[in-house]
Order: sequence, then structure tokens, then C-alpha cells
Amino acid sequence: MTVTERRPGHDIPVAPGPRPARLRAGPLLAACAVLAGAALLAVLVGPVRLDPWAVLVELAGRLPGVDTSSGLSDQEAAILWQLRLPRVVLGGLVGAMLALAGAAYQGVFRNPLADPYLLGAAAGAGLGATLAIAYGPGTSGWPVDLLPLAAFAGAVAGVAAAYALGRSGPARTTTSLILSGVAVAAFLTAIQTYVQQRESETLREVYGWILGRLTTAGWREVVLIVPYALVSTAAILLHGRLIDVLAVGDDEASSLGVRAARVRLVVVAAATLATAAAVAVSGLIGFVGIIVPHTIRLLAGSSHRLLAPLSLVAGAAFLILADLAARTVIAPAELPIGVVTAIVGAPFFALVLRGARRVP
Amino acid sequence: MPVRRLLIPLALLLALVASGCGQDEPAPTAAAPAPASRIVSLSPTATEMLFAIGAGGQVVAVDSNSNYPEEAPRTDLSAYQPNIEAIAGYKPDLVVYSDDPGELAAGLGKLSIPALQQPAATRLDDTYAQLDQLGRATGHQAEAAQLTATMRAEIEKIAAARPERPLTYYHELDKNLYSATSKTFIGQLYAQLGMKNIADAADKEASGYPQLSAEYVIKADPDLIFLADTKCCGQSARTVAARDGWDQLTAVRSGDVVALDDDVASRWGPRVVDFLKTVAAKVQTLEPVGS
Repeated sequence: MTVTERRPGHDIPVAPGPRPARLRAGPLLAACAVLAGAALLAVLVGPVRLDPWAVLVELAGRLPGVDTSSGLSDQEAAILWQLRLPRVVLGGLVGAMLALAGAAYQGVFRNPLADPYLLGAAAGAGLGATLAIAYGPGTSGWPVDLLPLAAFAGAVAGVAAAYALGRSGPARTTTSLILSGVAVAAFLTAIQTYVQQRESETLREVYGWILGRLTTAGWREVVLIVPYALVSTAAILLHGRLIDVLAVGDDEASSLGVRAARVRLVVVAAATLATAAAVAVSGLIGFVGIIVPHTIRLLAGSSHRLLAPLSLVAGAAFLILADLAARTVIAPAELPIGVVTAIVGAPFFALVLRGARRVP
Repeated sequence: MPVRRLLIPLALLLALVASGCGQDEPAPTAAAPAPASRIVSLSPTATEMLFAIGAGGQVVAVDSNSNYPEEAPRTDLSAYQPNIEAIAGYKPDLVVYSDDPGELAAGLGKLSIPALQQPAATRLDDTYAQLDQLGRATGHQAEAAQLTATMRAEIEKIAAARPERPLTYYHELDKNLYSATSKTFIGQLYAQLGMKNIADAADKEASGYPQLSAEYVIKADPDLIFLADTKCCGQSARTVAARDGWDQLTAVRSGDVVALDDDVASRWGPRVVDFLKTVAAKVQTLEPVGS
């Protein structure tokens, strides 16, 4: 079938023609190379100067069968292993999850403005985090930090509420789902603002969380996010072809034997899990979920079989580099990571758009 | 959509920081000529000052954050979103406030309620000036003068016992490692003891309240760590020791992490003397003077 007309409200160009999108290894390898370079640079450079050669030797020393002495002091080794490395790993994971979730949301909603926070994930996480900060028992009284758990639960609950609301009415369209997301987000944000005003001593911490942070990242956070990251990634990558089919519209998709609502539910659930896990450990980092998938789409086409894995890898590289800027530009002070992704990301995205021959 | 979501809190955060280091300008608003007898305080510091100079009996209501002293008539009044009608309901003849988030001064002016702004102090002299101002407004000028004289003498005594080796310190405002430099009010108090602030190197944009990199704190390895986030954020010597990599710090290993009272460490009232005594006592254990 050839579809050339643009359906109103469906802004992503319909998957072109009969040629099936094949998974090409070239772009993926290139993206992985960029990611490896970004990660290496981020490990070598930081607010405290560590001898790059010693860092490389120290890293190599952890490989099985290699026994070397890097000459790093205990203090420097702690900076490398307990502060810098987990932060790079976590930045990569968070960036990967947000970009992947963004690509998935844009695909299933056929809406280029969809981002991982679209359906109330951000508002729900914000409320959860605020409640944990305002009313949670101090960290000292609890074996676990309540904040990430509350943010995670809030994000999942926010999206679940939006989904339930969007599916309850007579018009079960993606638009009604998005509008439910807007309503849920507004409602949750209102409660969050109210709590924040009541408990004004929490203002600073809540804003710090909203602006996004990787500053206190450790291996704990990495361990927290990895299981969700694996599950969501597998689910979304396996649905890449089905997301492509959704691009022709729900009715056409069902005539092709694809149950659009079910695919959408699974992909949204997986993307929500990814977003919630990312938000739980890093707060609200904006733009990654919009900028990265769109840039990839412009460079490598819009088939989700390629877009999803490329967004994953590029998102990781992007956030690792953004965080590198956040911790080095005004070192030894820090910039909020959300500010960096916006300041660097928005103009970069504008450049990509200008250079693109076709605009999604 | 995400742009707005990020920019609004950012603007608020900046406003918060800016208000924290705003220049002092002794409020031009004239206090009532007769001593005020029905005072509403929207500033926890002003509340402490009023009670310290013996004007507590004239205070009819204080805002929700004025938790000291115990006998202060605490209400639900918010200093962040002041409700002018609710304030007027107490029929005050003087409203003392620190920050005007919007229409507070204008609103009180319309109702002809005298108002006195006492912004966050940037120097100890501001504290003394504000005490004096409150003394005059409430008819407790002599007590105010007495109090400032005592404070000056005590602080002088504490400063005289400063150690020869300047100790380095890190003052933590929250667990995201926001700190305060020597230029801030609290930083100047530490400077009285000849202490060196590790946050000074990080304050290139001169906000006074930089966010430090964890790597940098570990590298700087301060002699002392002061936590001003014990009440807000549940931090303690134990939670600090549990942070990744922080077991490397000398202060953590030798038990030199001091849990402060957030309120005392963030206000500029008479309890700054208590704060200095706490710090001085700790300094004394590391660098005994006069032995």
C-alpha cells in the first residue's frame, strides 16, 4: 500500500513506501563509538584533576588477570570509583532511558511533541518526591532512602491515572489520552505546589530535585535503575516493528492484524517504567526525550527498529556529555544538569532542524 | 512544555537565592511613633529578636516558621504567601517581615498598617541595627542596646580565642552539596574564628551559595564539616559517613562532623552567639588555644 496523504493530527510522516526498514549495523556501531568516547572522556575529566594515564591503568587493573599499580592515592581512587564512575554510568543509564522512552512515546502517540513526561510521569514523580521530602521520616531513621521510591511510585501512578481516565470516555483516541495526561498533571502539580507552600522549609530540596541532579549519584542508584532499564529496553526494542505499523493509524493497523491499543499499552507501560526509574534517581531532566529521538530521526530515518536502539545509545552519550559540562564548566561548583541539557540541547536541536532537508 | 516546567522552578530558585543575599536597606517605612503594642512578625529572626529584647508581650501573632522561642504565638500565617486579610485580622499596629514576595508592603499600605522590613542580614552590623530598630519601634530601646552590647562582647571574646592555624571547613546547606561562602552572613561568622571556607574557590559567579562537586569536597578534605541540613533533610554524621567516598574524609574518620540546628544556622538573630559558641567549642577540640 502507498500512503501519501497526511492524516490530520498525525504529524509524523507515514513510514515510507513498501521498502521494509532493515536494521543496519553501521549507524548503531557509530553511535556506540560516540558513546564509548563520551564515557571515556567523562571518566578522565572532572573537577578534581586525576592523571589520565593513572586512571586508565587503575581501570585496567580491575580487569581479570591484570595486576597493575596505578599510583593513585586512596583518596583519588575513591573519587574515581565511588564518585566519578557511578555518575558516568548513571548519567548514561538515565539518558538512555529518557531518550528511549521519548522515542517510544512519540511513536505510539504519533505526536512529535510527546516526551517521557507527557502522561503525568513528571507531575506524579514530583508529587511523590515532594511528599517524601516534606513528610517522610528523616533519612537517618530509615534503612532506605524514601525519595526515589516515592518518585518512582508517583510517576507510575500518574501515568496509570492518565491512562485509566483516557480509556474511560467514549472517545478512545490518542488525543483523549494525551488530554487526560494534561489534566492529571495539572491536578498533581497543584497538590505538589500546595504541599510545597505548606512545608516551605522543603523548597530548596524540592527545587533541587525538580531541576534534575546526578550530583550525589552512587552505585546504589545504578543498582536501583538497572532492572527496570533492562525490562523496558527489551520490551520497547521488541516492539519496534509494531510501533512502525501504528504510524499508519489505528484502523489501518488493525486491518494489518496489529492490535493498536494493546501495543500502545505495552509500549507506554515499558516507557513509563523507564521514565519512572530515571526520574527516581535523577529528578526531572528535561529535553533529552525530545531532542535525542528527533535528532536521530533526522539523521537515520523514522523506523523504530533503528530509532529505538539508536536513541538509547545516543541518549546515553548525550547525557554523559551534558553532565560532564555540568560538573566541569564552573568547577568546583556544579551547574544543574537540567539547565545544561536545555542550554546545550535546544540550540543544537535548532541547528539539526535547520540542516535537515525534511522536517518530521 | 518541559521548558516551562523547568524555567519556573529555576526562576523561583534564583529568586530564593537572590533574596537570601539581598543588600540591606534599613526599611524606610516609618514605624509608628507610639510603641507598637499589637505586632505581627512574618520573620522567624524578627520573632526571636522581639522576644530577646523583651517585646514578646506585644507580639500577637507570628508566622508558621517562627518556631523560637517556644512561647511565641505561632499561627498559620505564611511568610512565603502572605495573606493580607489574615494578617489584618489580628489588627496589628506593626507588621515585621523579611521578604516581600509580591504585594505585601503595598497591601499593608492600603490598609494603613505600619510595616517594617528587616531583610536577611549580610553583616553582623545589620543584626545590631535591626535589633536597635525593633527596640525603638516597640519601646524597648534600652533592652535592645543592652542585648547588642552583650552580643558584641561575647563575640569578641570568642573571636579572641581563635586558633593560630586556620582550620578549613565545609558548611552544608543540603545534601546536594549546596554551601555558603565566606561572603555570606554565616560565612562571616566562621571567619570570626579565623576559619577557611572550602566553598570560596567554587564561587565564581559570586552567588555566595554555590553547589559543590562531591569530588571537590573529598579532595579539599576539610578539617571540619558543619551540617545545616539536619532538620530539613535528616542529615547527620552517620548519613554523611555513609555517602559514597566520604569515608575518605579526615573529618568523617575523626568524628569532626558537627550537626547544627538548621534554624540557628540560617537566622541572623541573637542566637548567632550560640552558633558561634558551638563552632568555637568544636574548634577548641582540634586546636586548643591558651593551654
